[in-house]
Amino acid sequence: MLFLWFSVILIAILLPFVLPPYFVHVLIMILFYGYLGTSWNILGGYAGQFSFGHAAFFGIGAYTSALAFVNWQISPWIGMVFGGLLGMLLGLFIGSLCFHYGLRGPYFALATLAFSELLRLISLNLELTGKAIGILIPLKGNDPLSFQHESKIFYYFVILLMLIGALWVTRRIDGGKIGDYLSALREDEDSAEAIGVNTFAYKLLAILISGFLTALGGTFYAQYFLYIDPAVTFGVGNSIEIFLRPIVGGMGTVYGPIIGAFVLGPLGELTRGMLGGYQGVHLMIYGAILVGVIIFLPKGIYGYFISLRKRDKDEKLCHP
Amino acid sequence: MDTNILVQAIISGLLMGGVYALVAVSLNLIFGVMKIINFAHGVFMMLGMYFTYWVSVFLGIHPYLSLLISMSALFVIGFLIQYGLINRIIEAPEHNQLLLTLGIALFLENLALFLWSPNFRMVKVTTLAGAMHAGDLMFSTPRVIAFGAALCMTVFLYLFLMKTSCGKAIRAISQDREGAHVIGIHRKIIYSVAFGIGAACVAAAGTMITPFFYITPTVGMVFVITAFVIVVLGGLGSFWGAFFGALIVGIAESLGEVLLSGSLKQVPIYSIFILTLLLRPKGLFGKKHV
Repeated sequence: MLFLWFSVILIAILLPFVLPPYFVHVLIMILFYGYLGTSWNILGGYAGQFSFGHAAFFGIGAYTSALAFVNWQISPWIGMVFGGLLGMLLGLFIGSLCFHYGLRGPYFALATLAFSELLRLISLNLELTGKAIGILIPLKGNDPLSFQHESKIFYYFVILLMLIGALWVTRRIDGGKIGDYLSALREDEDSAEAIGVNTFAYKLLAILISGFLTALGGTFYAQYFLYIDPAVTFGVGNSIEIFLRPIVGGMGTVYGPIIGAFVLGPLGELTRGMLGGYQGVHLMIYGAILVGVIIFLPKGIYGYFISLRKRDKDEKLCHP
Repeated sequence: MDTNILVQAIISGLLMGGVYALVAVSLNLIFGVMKIINFAHGVFMMLGMYFTYWVSVFLGIHPYLSLLISMSALFVIGFLIQYGLINRIIEAPEHNQLLLTLGIALFLENLALFLWSPNFRMVKVTTLAGAMHAGDLMFSTPRVIAFGAALCMTVFLYLFLMKTSCGKAIRAISQDREGAHVIGIHRKIIYSVAFGIGAACVAAAGTMITPFFYITPTVGMVFVITAFVIVVLGGLGSFWGAFFGALIVGIAESLGEVLLSGSLKQVPIYSIFILTLLLRPKGLFGKKHV
């Protein structure tokens, strides 16, 4: 096992130096959506609160660091932290409202969708956020302190570290008491409450962590593309992109979102190459995959393999 | 503010509200029977609009004449989707069903994008176009027709559910799944019929608005989110709740258009949405608790 991890890390470090820039870009996007999926997974997978509006947190992070940099020349690294904190604040606001009023399942999903749409409309109409045109972040060339570099390898290692961080947080949750409480409330909220789990507090904790991490992802996006607008940040499409990977890979598992990202990323690139043309046509394939996964692998790819292994174990226990 | 403008805004909101009503009532039919929030509803509407567009382009006939074609096409599509896909996971958790319809929506929407490009299309009409006057007020004729047709369709749907044996079977199954099964109602067929009817109704709404609304693959998204707002406001599963909710939302949107600038017109709608979800999640007319 140690050897496996060692080789994964070695490959991850060496890969960007041997691959051509286009493939490094593809890899960055895979890790990026893996990161966002991992962040979503804490709330949507572990706590079972299906968010349909994670673009709200993403956009808050993107706009905070971009505006701070454009208007006050504050380094996006600092802006990123502030964006994360604002994302947390938004999580506190949405979470305390929705959880206080007991919104569950589809109702919570629709409420988060409404919040992200409201933020999109606001950013579409505010002078400060550049309305529909969005914000162009000025080029600084090779300036790592301003979160900018001409080489994609820089961004590769940034997102790799962010992903490792998010995975570490997820593992802490998964292996710890919080994970037990969250899975209890996910399976049956009323029973969890009855045996003394403070479901409100733990759901709130999940949305705070998830909102914080997702907002950091927004800053990464802004710095990588150096351009943001209301639709790509706060749009419904972005929310869908964020939760697709964990669902395909396996909700409520540590590595599900990354597996989903590694499956969908290359497929998206391939279909874009084959169908070409219009923005978003790859979503046709994603839609078909989503239908297939929901019908045949409702626990996602990783979840399916876990249940297979469990069955093997159970069989061994029964027939030694 | 000139009162004339306000009255004009309220009436045009009411007219659009009639179309929303048909969209929302059919969305609610699907929710009431299957307990599924159908994300593909807007896509069905978009398909209805494209059917109308292509039929009127190729046959050179008035878009209204394609109504039966687009309705029957979408009934078949809806029936097959329910029969072949959704029926397989009817016992799965709610969010899986929502995701299944989302996957179908993504697939169909982007298939349309691939086949027909994102270009905006319009159907040009010469007959039954123009405007009607009433004093100082003016209404575009196609909008009045769309309102009237949507209203008729909604009433037809209501009568269908109340009077016909098929409609009664649909209502029976929405009230008690097991009970309906016991008395011999073929569940999977009825589900598929209900889903097909929902799709056909929203396709009819799509056909009726083509003379005055642009057509593009993503047009359904706008309507489906508005329809979610309406059914939550009126009460998920409540027929007349969705109807009156639609009129309220239509007027709120139209007033927002006059009082607020540009895309801010939708802010009141989302605010209504969030407030309803928080304060009265069963909706204005809903009976059941969440």
